[in-house]
Amino acid sequence: MDIILDNIGLYRDGLLKTLQICLYAGIGSLVLGTVIATFRVSPFPPLRATGTAWVTVFRNCPLAVVLFFCAFGLPELGIHGAYFWFGVSGLVLYTSAFVCEAVRSGINAVPLGQAEAARAVGLTYAQSLREIVLPQALRSAVPPLGSVMIAMVKNSAIVGAFGVGGELFSVQARLTSAQGLALIPVLLGVAAGYLIITIPAGVALGALERRLAVVR
Amino acid sequence: MRWNAVLRVGAALAGLAMAVAGCGQQQPPGTDGSTPPVAQGAHFEPGTTMAKIANAHAIRIGTKFDQPLFGQQALGGKLTGFDTEIGRTIAGALGISPDQVQWVEAPSAQREELIKQGKVDLVVATYTINDKRRQQVSFAGPYYIAGQSLMVSSDNNTITGPDSLRPTKARVCSVQGSTPAENIRKYIDPAQLTVFDVYSKCADALRTGQVDVVTTDNVVLLGFVANSNGGFKLVGDTFTREPYGIGIHKGDVAFCTFINNALTQAAKSGVYANAWKKTAGKVTTQMPELPALDSCS
Amino acid sequence: MLFDRPGPRTRRRIMVGSIVTGLGLGALAILVLVRLAAGGQLAEEKWGPIINPANPLFVALWANLGLALLNNIEAAVLAMALSMLLGTVLAVTRISLPRWGRWTVVAPMEFFRGLPVVIAIFFASRILPELGVDLPLLWYLVIGLTAYNSVIIAEIVRAGVASLPRGQSEAAAAVGLTRGQALRAVLLPQAIRVMLPALISQLVVIFKDTSLGFVILYGEAVRFVAIAIQELHNPLQLYLTIGAIFILINYLVGRLAVWTEQRLTHPGRRGVAAQEPAAPTGEAMIAGTSTAGG
Repeated sequence: MDIILDNIGLYRDGLLKTLQICLYAGIGSLVLGTVIATFRVSPFPPLRATGTAWVTVFRNCPLAVVLFFCAFGLPELGIHGAYFWFGVSGLVLYTSAFVCEAVRSGINAVPLGQAEAARAVGLTYAQSLREIVLPQALRSAVPPLGSVMIAMVKNSAIVGAFGVGGELFSVQARLTSAQGLALIPVLLGVAAGYLIITIPAGVALGALERRLAVVR
Repeated sequence: MRWNAVLRVGAALAGLAMAVAGCGQQQPPGTDGSTPPVAQGAHFEPGTTMAKIANAHAIRIGTKFDQPLFGQQALGGKLTGFDTEIGRTIAGALGISPDQVQWVEAPSAQREELIKQGKVDLVVATYTINDKRRQQVSFAGPYYIAGQSLMVSSDNNTITGPDSLRPTKARVCSVQGSTPAENIRKYIDPAQLTVFDVYSKCADALRTGQVDVVTTDNVVLLGFVANSNGGFKLVGDTFTREPYGIGIHKGDVAFCTFINNALTQAAKSGVYANAWKKTAGKVTTQMPELPALDSCS
Repeated sequence: MLFDRPGPRTRRRIMVGSIVTGLGLGALAILVLVRLAAGGQLAEEKWGPIINPANPLFVALWANLGLALLNNIEAAVLAMALSMLLGTVLAVTRISLPRWGRWTVVAPMEFFRGLPVVIAIFFASRILPELGVDLPLLWYLVIGLTAYNSVIIAEIVRAGVASLPRGQSEAAAAVGLTRGQALRAVLLPQAIRVMLPALISQLVVIFKDTSLGFVILYGEAVRFVAIAIQELHNPLQLYLTIGAIFILINYLVGRLAVWTEQRLTHPGRRGVAAQEPAAPTGEAMIAGTSTAGG
């Protein structure tokens, strides 16, 4: 246990960095994912095709490969930046596909009558989506969205293998390999770090689900 | 009725799992033409590690699989590099031919465990000798003194050595968990260090301008300089002294003495120089001599 | 529907829009290709070993890549089988335990659920040898994957059993079966049909996660690529290839999940009432099928 206490600074910084990554990636993927979801249900075939292609690629490609392309492919194309942002971008791209599917399931859960009524009143596609469908869809989408966000927090560990230093997974890798410290305390410390984020998030998600549950 | 169908599917799945578990193993590496001499009819005192290995006609050596010029696995499965040549030399001294050597991947973090758990007979894997490791294993050798150095892009004139890293806020790249990565932390702030799993990713990052410096053992860096068509260069002198040793079970003095003798013999007969020329010697003109061997305790 | 069927004017607009988008994407693609060519990324020496059978390294590359992929598949199949076993046991235990005893199962489940899979795999590979359990790398990967996925599958099983009509468990109780017997003989067999699409989707997740074996240096495909690029010096090309292969395999398995679900939501010849598919859990999302009427 001394090992954790001695390195508590490293753990704390690692936790903060992980939270930072998750915050940016969370916001980014929620926005991007919702946009892609609107592509997928739009009346415009090219947009639908783009949305479907996006989801097919990013849902089926391992995150490790996506991150590799962000970290090494983008610089080849002349796009430079700190690896932190490449890591966040990779996470956003990957998670957006799952957010899209969650939002789409929410849209599909909105009763048909709502969309029909919106059309009957004369709202355009964009208006009916913005005013009527999406607000209701997002309520239904909260459970799967919450799970996607928690999964993203855990996936942030992989970002550590692609040049992003200082977050929880890198902390553990450093302490165990280079300094040869005892494994079990170090790993328990890192596990605790992730659980501090995911367990309260899971509990909050459950509470949110119950409050927002739509009884049909 | 439906339950039976489920059971049948389940059994099929389990059978598939067993079948797949049987195949898909990676093939062990082979060897190339020129090899160190294999001692014929060597006799060892019974009970010693040497006798055990010689009688088994097989030796398990731990080495790196992803370290350019020292221990690297090529596409065909063959292992090349200075470390692997040293390993084959010692195997030869025990009367074991190179194709009877079983290579085990020994990443930095697991070298001590592999030796302690007896999964390998010795480890030759860019293994720096230090006192902390001496508490868990014993070392024969050293067989080579490496030095950490810095590699930058050819047009970079601001970086001259490790002390210039912090003031210039240079972005430095190395490999996760390696000794060079730990050593360089003394000279930079944590935010300046980027680590990847293999060195070639660091070289790519340097090429595209994502990092300014790559740091590791100077011979490995020379390999990248040679491949870079003039894009990279080394700066400054080596600023650490890393004696590479051969890790063996703690307290095995007889084995340590034997290995040291084998190394001395290889240096005298030119096998050591040959091993260097075939591997690291391809990228550098420097020709190291076998360093003064530590005494076995 | 969110929009009416397109009339002639809209159809023309759609065609114009499609052409414009197509040209735009084409221009973007050309820009990217030009950039890559300038960097020498389209050179023969980088693509040769991948696509040119006459290249001396072609056979070695694909043979070893194939072997590495088999390692992925092997890990995925084993992890799936073990997760299903363990997951079902966990779900059944959790349902069968009295309320006050459930935390003994739920607590470890939540622990492994909150842990990133990477950490679980790393944990397994470093701690088990310390405790004297010595296994080939494959099993550390499988154990790490199983620890996480068995919890997910337990949730799928629970949702599957919960989605069955109440009448089934009531009838089982009326006939005198205990809870455990009811589960085994009546509920689980029906639940499996319902769970199948979600289970197949989870297989996709597991297969993707086998790529995490690279952190413990297991010889699977992504790790193989990392080593191969040291010799071939074509990281972009190789990672693109392995990415495409993963996408293809996972896409096909995903289609299988959708097909299974479609076949199951239509009444069978025996006239069984259409079952509601199990609620999607977390990443195990099937490509947005809408339940009739919401």
